[in-house]
Amino acid sequence: MIGLYLILLFMIAASYIAVQIKDLLSSVVAVGAAGLALSVAFLILKAPDLAITQLAVEIVCLVILIKATVKRDTVSTKDMRGFITTIVSLIFIGTFLFFAYLALKELPKFGEPLMRVAQNYIQTGQAKTGASNLVSSVILDFRAYDTLGEATVLFTAVIGVLAVLRRIGRKKKDEVIKEND
Amino acid sequence: MIKEHKGMTLIVKTITRLTVGLILLYGIYIVLHGHLTPGGGFAGGVIIALSFIHLMLAFGREVALKKVSRPIAGLFESIGAVMFLAIAIFGFVGGYFFLNFFVDKGTPFNLFSSGIIPLCNIAISLKVGAGLFAIFTALVLLKVKSKGEK
Repeated sequence: MIGLYLILLFMIAASYIAVQIKDLLSSVVAVGAAGLALSVAFLILKAPDLAITQLAVEIVCLVILIKATVKRDTVSTKDMRGFITTIVSLIFIGTFLFFAYLALKELPKFGEPLMRVAQNYIQTGQAKTGASNLVSSVILDFRAYDTLGEATVLFTAVIGVLAVLRRIGRKKKDEVIKEND
Repeated sequence: MIKEHKGMTLIVKTITRLTVGLILLYGIYIVLHGHLTPGGGFAGGVIIALSFIHLMLAFGREVALKKVSRPIAGLFESIGAVMFLAIAIFGFVGGYFFLNFFVDKGTPFNLFSSGIIPLCNIAISLKVGAGLFAIFTALVLLKVKSKGEK
């Protein structure tokens, strides 16, 4: 368990570096380091499905997408925050932490979840679906409706990106372009 | 034969030529064994898309777009979405949405087992992989065009 806490500390440090550093590419690499630590944490908590997805999506996609599409390192300007803004932020953070403390006390202990429905899935999942990977049998059989919704969200997002970024949408007012783009 | 200077250096191109097939095969393995080992359609689809993105980064965008062009990526994405929905609607054969309509589920730990789950994995991987590649292509082409306009 001590390894998990070390990884959490590493993630906090990487996130802080990612926010504070000035170079954009270094910031992206720091976010990737936080993602790598998160996937190792998933492995320690015995969730290899999530670890694979996290590794593929977070690190590789984020780093490659930003590296390949951002033209050059944009330098961010850093201005001093106002005094009142800081005070208001601290008040909101304090309120959030107070109510989060009240709510988190009621949760079951770490590692001992309440499992009424999930217990049924674990016991009968393999017999009912025939899939030996229980995660797969839950997301594609018991809870396939949720997966359909998630797939619809992704489909809509891709269509939106392609519609906004297509050539016809970006032409000037009197410009005539060919249709084969 | 003098090649055009597109993409990265010779070292990166050689390594890419050796590894890109393995990456693609690993993605297909993750998809097809989604019901047996950790992984599944989403992670496998992302890895498949990354193999093509890898090709585009190393060799320049013409080489990758010759393999999979943007309309073909959109077509594959739509095929994945329609296939997933069709599997869901086929459940009405037995009475309800997303019914696992194969009567014989097969023996566990076999590749051909567990009914509709491998089919769903394949559909999701098509959708995710092609969608991600289409988004990447759109962003790359956007960058090139805006640089040319200046």
